[in-house]
Amino acid sequence: MKLLTGTALALVLSASSALAMGHGACAAGKTLTEDTLTIATGNPAYYPWVMNDAPERGEGFEAAVAYAIAEKMGFGADDVTWVRTSFDEAIQPGAKNFDFNMQQYSITPEREEMVDFSLPYYTSAMAVLTTQSVVDGGATAALDSLKGLKWGAVATTTALPILNDVIQPDSDPLLYNDNADVNAAIMAGQIDAALYDLPTALYLSAVVVEGGALLGQFPPEQSEQPDQFGLLMEDGNPLKECVDAAIMELTESGELAAIEAQWLADATGVPVIE
Amino acid sequence: MGDTSLGSAAVGQSTAAPTRREVYEAGVRRRANRIALISTAAVLAAIVLLVPLAPGWDAVQKSFFNGRVFAATFPGLLEAFLLNVMIFAWSAPLIAITGLAIALCRDARAPALFPLKLFGVAYTDIFRGLPVVLVIYIIGFGVPGLGLPRPWNSPYIWGTLALVLVYSAYVAEVIRSGIDSIHQSQRSAAASLGLSDRDTMRFVVLPQAIRNVVPANMNLFIALQKDVALLSFIGPVEIFRQAGVYKSLYANFTPYVGAALIFLALTIPATRYADYLMNKQNRARS
Repeated sequence: MKLLTGTALALVLSASSALAMGHGACAAGKTLTEDTLTIATGNPAYYPWVMNDAPERGEGFEAAVAYAIAEKMGFGADDVTWVRTSFDEAIQPGAKNFDFNMQQYSITPEREEMVDFSLPYYTSAMAVLTTQSVVDGGATAALDSLKGLKWGAVATTTALPILNDVIQPDSDPLLYNDNADVNAAIMAGQIDAALYDLPTALYLSAVVVEGGALLGQFPPEQSEQPDQFGLLMEDGNPLKECVDAAIMELTESGELAAIEAQWLADATGVPVIE
Repeated sequence: MGDTSLGSAAVGQSTAAPTRREVYEAGVRRRANRIALISTAAVLAAIVLLVPLAPGWDAVQKSFFNGRVFAATFPGLLEAFLLNVMIFAWSAPLIAITGLAIALCRDARAPALFPLKLFGVAYTDIFRGLPVVLVIYIIGFGVPGLGLPRPWNSPYIWGTLALVLVYSAYVAEVIRSGIDSIHQSQRSAAASLGLSDRDTMRFVVLPQAIRNVVPANMNLFIALQKDVALLSFIGPVEIFRQAGVYKSLYANFTPYVGAALIFLALTIPATRYADYLMNKQNRARS
């Protein structure tokens, strides 16, 4: 009996080490630097995706997912190095300085023609950020009410097509470079509302925008093309299959959901816009 | 125009009696033209043939010169460009008027008007020294942030004001240089005719000064045409912003190339026209 358990244990051990070897083998020779996984994020990286702009600590949703993926691919925490890129640097032609880039890139078919995306690691609801004074002014979480608002969005996000397709506002939305500029415009009263992914909107309304309020959310189940975040890689990067396998494994084992529950706030209190 | 009339005059002479010198100079000119043609063709051929041989050319072509993306985005860019033209159209006259006013402030000579002169100096020093983007941010977000009601907090109003402030400082300096270029003897002559200071400026100095600085101001307005795009920082979706939106949607830089072509279609003729004015002026002076 003891021998049997011993053999079984040995078998399990060798199987798991073979598994680990298998992952290591998948990524072997495919990374930028041998035995090192180079991950890019934004500059700065925003809460709650990365805490305190320090991805190397593994705190924050994307930082935690990055280390989980690295582990599944056979890289220890010490084998991960971080670099920073803008969106434009990530899509420029020529050699990349990262193995994969992780900063809430929405997967779209148009983008997929130029770069490769991994399987999605997060599906985001979109949320309407506004201020208490706009809510007091009679704005409600109904499409008719939303149409009449003056809208803003960050120009480089997929919030804009969603805004134009789903809400179809009466006046043309104003567009800005980054979150900070949108918030400035909201606080200056130049726009009534802005469309963000839900975790970002929750953070901005609670911490950044004075008198900020969340009017409502568009849950992903309701959308034909939900906003899914993927890791961005150079077109034809051989590492894609290894990354996809790691994400698949994390999804199926429920680890990804656990990381999400740990770092992203529960948003069930935000009213749903039909 | 002057060149061709001179040329035809020379031809008229040469049919009568082509001197040896004329024959020699014509030969030198032909040779120079031939060499210019060959070297231009060689450079063009090198660019067209060699650049595509670079290992990354396919990727660059796909990102910057993508026909499919170009066709999909160009109409939208043209439409957005209308906003640039509109902003330019209402900014340019405001800038010209403000610039002239500031230049006159700086030129104020009466001792009682010294504060005005001081204001003119401070204004040009400050607004020529600040980056346009910063002025647009401060005025475009800052002033509306004071709590103005709509529509008075519109980014169009305050963005335009920012452009007017910065560009009128440059225009004022150009006009002032024009005013300074009018010799003191003109003012003395006007005074001896019994013109007041005011009339001297209005009828003697300014007409000559402004004519002198038209080409320099043309260059400023060409620069303004491009800087209108900076208003996109505070919200308006003009061509540069629209190109950025397309860039993000398609993960492709081709829309910027499209926007650049549209800009060039306007700025190149404007630049040529400014050069033509400048040449005309130089010939008139010489």
